[in-house]
This record gives sequence, C-alpha cells and structure tokens, in this order.
Amino acid sequence: MTNSWTDIKNADVVWIMGGNAAEAHPCGFKWVTEAKAERGAKLMVVDPRFNRSAAVADHYAPIRSGSDITFLSGVINYLLTNDKIHKEYVRNFTNAAFIVRDDFEFNEGLFSGYDESKRSYDRSTWEYKFGPDGFAMRDMTLQDPRCVFQLMKKHFAQYTPELVERVSGTPKDKFLKVADWVASTANGERAMTIMYALGWTQHSHGAQNIRCAAMIQLLCGNIGIPGGGVNALRGHSNVQGITDVGTLTAAIPGYLALPTEQETTLESHLAKRTFKPLTPNQTSYWQNYRKFYVSFLKSQFGANATKENEFGYNYLPKLDGIYDCIKMFDLMHQGKTTGLICQGFNPLMAIPNSNKSREGLAKLKFLVSMDPIETDTARFWENHGEFNNIDPAKVQTEVFMLPVTSFAEEEGSVTNSSRVIQWKWKAADPYFESRTDIEILSDLFVRMRKMYEKDGGKGKDAILAVDWSYKDPLHPTVDELQTELNGKALTDLKDAEGKVVRAAGQRLASFGEMRDDGSTDGCMWIYTGFYGPTGNMAQRRDNSDPSGLGVYGNWGFAWPANRRIQYNRASADPDGKPWSEKKKYMFWNGERWSGPDVPDYVPTIPPDRAVGPFIMNAEGVSRLWVRGLMADGPFPVHMEPFESPTGNLVFPKLKGNPVARVFKGDLEALGTSKDFPIVGTTYRLTEHFHYWTKTVHANAVMQPEFFVEMSEELAKEKGIKHGQRIRVWSKRGEVKGKAVVTKRLKPFKIDGKTVHEVGLPLNFGFIGETKKASPINSLTSAIGDSNSQTPEFKAFLVNVEPIAGPVA
Amino acid sequence: MNMELSRRSFMLGAGAGLAGTSLGALGFGEIEAAHALTIRPFKLAQTKEVRSQCPYCAVCCGMMIFAAESKVEKGKMEVTHIEGDVDHPVNRGTLCPKGAGAIDYIKSKSRVKYPMYRKPGSNGFERVSWDFAMERIAKLMKEDRDANWVEKNRDGVTVNRWLTTAFLAGSSVANEGGWATFKVSRGLGLLQIENQARI
Repeated sequence: MTNSWTDIKNADVVWIMGGNAAEAHPCGFKWVTEAKAERGAKLMVVDPRFNRSAAVADHYAPIRSGSDITFLSGVINYLLTNDKIHKEYVRNFTNAAFIVRDDFEFNEGLFSGYDESKRSYDRSTWEYKFGPDGFAMRDMTLQDPRCVFQLMKKHFAQYTPELVERVSGTPKDKFLKVADWVASTANGERAMTIMYALGWTQHSHGAQNIRCAAMIQLLCGNIGIPGGGVNALRGHSNVQGITDVGTLTAAIPGYLALPTEQETTLESHLAKRTFKPLTPNQTSYWQNYRKFYVSFLKSQFGANATKENEFGYNYLPKLDGIYDCIKMFDLMHQGKTTGLICQGFNPLMAIPNSNKSREGLAKLKFLVSMDPIETDTARFWENHGEFNNIDPAKVQTEVFMLPVTSFAEEEGSVTNSSRVIQWKWKAADPYFESRTDIEILSDLFVRMRKMYEKDGGKGKDAILAVDWSYKDPLHPTVDELQTELNGKALTDLKDAEGKVVRAAGQRLASFGEMRDDGSTDGCMWIYTGFYGPTGNMAQRRDNSDPSGLGVYGNWGFAWPANRRIQYNRASADPDGKPWSEKKKYMFWNGERWSGPDVPDYVPTIPPDRAVGPFIMNAEGVSRLWVRGLMADGPFPVHMEPFESPTGNLVFPKLKGNPVARVFKGDLEALGTSKDFPIVGTTYRLTEHFHYWTKTVHANAVMQPEFFVEMSEELAKEKGIKHGQRIRVWSKRGEVKGKAVVTKRLKPFKIDGKTVHEVGLPLNFGFIGETKKASPINSLTSAIGDSNSQTPEFKAFLVNVEPIAGPVA
Repeated sequence: MNMELSRRSFMLGAGAGLAGTSLGALGFGEIEAAHALTIRPFKLAQTKEVRSQCPYCAVCCGMMIFAAESKVEKGKMEVTHIEGDVDHPVNRGTLCPKGAGAIDYIKSKSRVKYPMYRKPGSNGFERVSWDFAMERIAKLMKEDRDANWVEKNRDGVTVNRWLTTAFLAGSSVANEGGWATFKVSRGLGLLQIENQARI
C-alpha cells in the first residue's frame, strides 16, 4: 500500500476493484465504513459479482473478468476528454511534459520494436528524447505532439463508454457514474483511494491493470495525499515482509537485484542500477544503490566479504533466467528437478494446472514440507479417489513432513500491507516436537557445511563463505537476525571532519548512514532504523494519533524511515503549500518540511530548488509513461485473457498478451470458447484462509464444502437447480461441487452476445475437515503475466453440467 | 505502554482488595479461608498474556493471546484463549471469523507433531527422529548439489548456481526467519526460489 489501512478514513471516494475487502480483509474494511460514516465518503465497487463489498457500496458496476484494462482506459479517456484532471499536479509531478523519441510508434495494439518470433519487444524506441545537456527534453505547456500528455490523449481516445460496454459488459450509465466519481477527486480538495488485490494481478496482463490505476491516481493528483493512493491489500500476514526480504528468484533484500551472469563484476552490476538524474537538480535516490548493496554483502558474507574480493560478490549465485513458480513446476514436470522444499507452502493447491503439478511432484527424488499442518502437497502421493488420483506404489519420491511452530509459538517482526512492521511476542511453547523455521534451516545449513568441510564437494567455497558466526550456530537468536536486517557500524563511522558519528558495533539509525566501503553491514536497507540504537521500534505500541489523520507514527515502524504515506511531498504544491486546507499533510514551513508524517524528501531542501517529489525516480517525477520498464508496453493496451469468450474487440490481431511467456504444452492446454463458453474466476471466502483453514474445525463448520456460484439464467439454460451437484471442467481438469444459484451474478452482453461467468471459491482440497474436493487449480492455466509471471487465475474458460446426486 | 498494566494484573489487584475489605471485616476467619478454597479463581488470572497478531491476511490484526500450562504436554504452556487487541489502531479489538477462531488452527487435528517420513513407493508416513530426518535431507541435498552444481557457465564466468532443487518460502514466516531463509537458500546457490506474492 502507498498509504495505510487507517488512512482510508480520509478518503472521499473509495474505489474497490480487483479485490473484495469486505470479504477478504474484513477488519481492514472497517476503515471504509469509517470514511462512509464520518466523512460521507462514497464507496464504489466494480466486480464480476455483486460481492460482499458491493453489498454495502453506494454504486456497483459489473465487469467481465479479464477486461479491466478497457474499463480503466475508459476512465482515463473520460478524465482527459472532459479535462477533469489535476493540471498542476500532472504538469509538475508527472512525466506528462517529457518528450518521447520520434521513432516510437503504436499500431494495431503493438508498440514499436515487436519481435513475434521472440514474443518480446526491443524497448529502445520507448525512451525520452534527450537534449544536448544530456537531460530529458520537456514541454511544460504540454502542447508538443510528442510529449507524454499528447501521446496519452491520442492513445486512450478510442476507449469510449460505448467500447467499455461492448468489451467489458458494463452498462454505459454504470460506467459513467464510476468515471464521474473518479473525476470528482481531480482537484486537490477531495481524495480517492483505490483498493485492489489479486483480482487485478492474476491476469496475463495484471501489471498493466495496476499501471492503469496508478495513471488514474496521478491524473487526479491522488498519490502522496491522505485518503489517496494505490493500495494493494495483500493476502498473507507477512507476504509484504517475506517479499521485502528477497525470497523471490531474482531478488536481494530491499528490492536490490541478484546478479545476472552478464554482470561479471560487482562494478558492472552496480553501474547498471546507480541511476543518474534525467532532469536537473533531482535526487535519484538509487544513486545510493551501492551503499545498500555492499552493506548487504557484508551481512551475507561477514568477514569473508572484503574489498579485494568485491565483498564476496562472486559467491552469490548468478541468474541465467528467472525461476518463478510457473517455471519451477514446468522444470519439475520435465523431470529436471531433484528436490523441493515447501516452507509453509501448498503448491499442489496453489500453483496453476494441478494435474501438471501432481505429475511434476511425482518426478521428484525428495520433497520436504516444513509446516505446522499437514498439507495436500505433503500427501500428493496418497490416493484420494477422484480428488487426487494417484498410485502410491509408483511414486518414488521420499517425503519429509517436518513440524513447525505455529504463529503463537514464536516471536519476531511481521510487516502488514501498510508496510508497518509490528512485533509478535511468543505466547506458548512449541507444539510437541515442532521447531521454528530458523532452527530447522540452521540445522540443515550447519549439517551441510560440516559435510563439505569433512568430505569436500562442489561449490564448497561458496557455501562456506556465508557468514554464520551466530553465538550458537544451531540457534541464531531473533535478536541477532534482526540486527543483521537493520545493520550496524563495523568500524567507527566518521563524518567529513573526522568526528565519530556512529561507534563500531552500534546499530544504524537510518539507511543514510550506510557506506559502500565495507564499514557497515545491514542486509535490508529499507528496514534500517527499525532496530536502531534506541531499541526495537517494531515493538512500539503508542496508539496516539495527534493529527487525527490516522497516522499512528509511534506504533511499530513503517518502512522506509517510518514513513506512513509514500510520496507525501506531493501533498503540497510546487511552492510547498498544501493543495488545499482539506488535504493538508506535509508542507514547507519556511525552514523545513513538516507535518504529521516523515517527509518523503530531504527535509531541508526548499521548494525553490525544484527537486521533484518522486525522489526514487531518476526523473524526479512520477511516470505516466514507463519508458522500457515494463515488458508489454509504455502504456496499457486492451489484451484479452489467453482463454476468452471473445476475440480482442479493440485490437483483433492480439491473442492474449503478445509478450507473455508460454511454455511448450501450455498453449495446447488452452480451451476455446466453442467448447468452453463460460468464464471462470476464483476467489476467497471470508470464513477461510487459503488452503490452511480447511484443516481447522471452526472454519470447516462455517463453510464445509466447495460450491459454484452461477446466475439464475445460466442455471436455467443448463437445467441446474440450486443445491444440485454439478461438474465444472476446463481443457485441463475438472472439479465437482454444489451449485449456488444466485442473483449476485448476471450474464454479460459482450459485443451483442450473452456471456456467462461462474464464481469458484478456492479454499477446498482433499486434506482436512472440509468435504473433499479436487484442487480448484485443476482448472487454471499455467500462463502468467508478462512482467510478474503471476498466473491467470482470475479469467479462464470452463463449461458446466448437472450431475446425478441429491439436491440439497 | 498500556500493556504494562495488563488485564491480568489489574484483576489480581481488584480481587485481593475485595477479600481484604468485605469478608475480612466481618470476621469470619476460618470459614472465610475454607470458602475461598471453593471459589475457582478467574481463568484469566492463571494465564500469561502476550500481544501478537493474526496469522492470516495482511491486515495483521492485533491479538491478545492467553496461555496456561498445557493439559496435553506437561510442563509446557499452551494457548487457551485469543481475542482482538483493543489497543491496536487498525482492528481496534475486532477479529473476523477466521481470526476469532485462530485457536482452532493452533489445535488443529492436522497439526504435525513429529518429523514424519515416507519411503519411496510406500503408502504411509512413519515417525522418525529429528536427527534422522535432518541427516537424510542434508545428504540428499548435498548429493544433488554436488551432482548438478554449476561453478562456471560456458563463457567461463563464475556463476555458483544450483538449479535442480527448489525452495518455496512461506509468506507467513516472520522477517527474521525470512532473512535466515534467504541467507541459507542463496548460500546454497539456489535460484528456484519463490513465495506467495504472485499467488
């Protein structure tokens, strides 16, 4: 989230789309209720189903799954055509004025540089035009036909309300009401928050859905202000923290990058990422990348990281490509993988195309499940009839099920979706023989290192180079690990005058203290300060809120730098004055930036220095145009899901996302609308958490079995009664469950034709206390978003039919 | 900090005050003591309270978790009650249907109690010791790492990678455990690493 849960109360318009906060984040949703009750805020919900958020909304607009880009582009067009934008914000705080290269082109849905054989773009023409001074060229009047603003007007002009109705199935009047409410906030007086979740990300063009949201908020001036922002609600309790800490294929903690094999030296890696400012006077904060990187290397390799060996850079594994979960299971399916360790992860349920996943798991030599509970994955080899049809005798995989402590049996810091790091204290002892993740991984690592020391082996230097100098190597303490996350001075740190500003051994107060000469460590710069010299800030529990704006600045610690609203310099105009009294937040008081939050800016830089408010960007401003930073285009274009009930009605030549990665076999596993005319989409239930709580008695009592939501019209067409058992199948697999015939879903009219959609709750499986069900992802396809490789779980094709069985 | 004066210590204080004034003043002496023995103390008074947070979605609602000596495992503390943390600025004491029932997750019948091992081709798990499990896993991993380690690529660049074992990191692990996970998995040279951010 750019903002926070408690900040939602400052919104005048709340827009929920691609998420269902009332169902999936009920206790966070109370801040929407608060905004409605206390400010008279309006809530609008756009979703294929009239869901639980819609039930309490002031306006609901239906949309066919997978057509979000057209809907959102329609809103962008509405804002531009009707001149309902926050002009000074757009002119000064976005790259609307930047001039794009003359050779950039856009034709029939494709941008210049497309190579069909490689399914990728050469993105060089998507760059700005640079002047003789080396800086990007701009036209602050926004009139130049090649400036981003004019390109945008042209690009989005075709997304009319009529087109939105034809493609997305949203009645024109319902769409226009959404657009009008968005426009009501484009003035610095009112704010709109956008709340989304996996309903936006789980598409083959998911990242472009989020781009659209960011563009809308920038056009309205809703970024950096209270009650604004683009807010990802996020699913797991620490998915924010566990992503921050770099447990993704190409990541290093704090959003630094793992080296690629082209970056043969530390210097070649750093040179690519230490971005120089693209316009005069800018901060371009990533210029500090090397300080963060070297500090990380000092935490990873300790005394083995020296200036002479590039701080251990070459001990790190180097990438020859990325290995996200879809790729992982494709390699496994090809028989190329020996072992899989699942730490609190149930991939047989969670990964697309479960039948492919099961076949892949059966080819492993070993599988380790570290989990408090038994998972379907740990028992993938067990026959559960139609729900998990497999012959155990034929599965040669060795399986280990290791008991891990539950959340209440350990202490540590956890980061919520507002980026607030909070402490959990240990409540109880480990259940039976369970151990913490830290203990299990330490045991494994120490054991393996001993084997290498004793017997030798491949890659011995790399494994022994890792710093494991914990007081008790088998039990590193939470305190020791937290200290590494924060960082400390390794020698006395001196300022320019030679005065010691941080003594050796002391923890750092902020990432501003990090150095690139090996005199500091700290593996995750964005968290630095959360365990600073004054103590453990994650444990702070002062719930006072002097400004009344829901800031809670002394509760826990929000990364980075305890900042609660990101980009908050943009809450003031270029002169440093609040855009309006109503939205007053951070402002220049004549001497420094002040207000209830930590400024997202150098606190003493005066407004007349014209340093842009987006200090992480080399431009100093935000991006309506993303240059070459996204794989599928500098602007969003309408792309259909890979399985869709219609061709692309905007750009007929496009099939799915033209640059999405498609593995052999996955294209053949796609169905057509002839055989599978119905759109399927998956979602959570409020009574369940993913695939955990089907093993929990109370939850199983509340929601005991899998069901399928469908419209009365579809039920009539197929001869299905409410409560009747039905079969749902796609080209890849099938599931069976009861039909819930409901008015919450209505057929769509797409290009004049009736299109049905069914809703499929994802929380069931064959292990636990709920009634057995096949994995929902038996239905879904293993094709993902071209930028993030997030699987397309939210829009695919199925068919349904009634089957014999009692009608409940 | 308001948690210093916990609900438990407040109630203990209040209870002692009551016994000292009303009953004591009436002079019932031994009867009073005998009576006191028949009264069950407040359940809360016997528990240890900590502040924690909900393990489910990323709202991370504050929780008050109460624990007492386990009835199942002697000498250990077990969770006896969970409720919303009234001091927490986001959830203000509320919990959703999942969070309110989180104690059932801790006590789920599906909790794994001991390291379990399934042999190739077998139709069941057997209980094993931690030492057996960890030694076997370490051996399997070393065998695979030694067999498939890539020290240099075709261009002679040092790449130090191990591509044939994969690690799925859990998005409910705390940050400190997350860092240990990173350090170990990268230290081994793994590139097949993923968490639940995408799914």
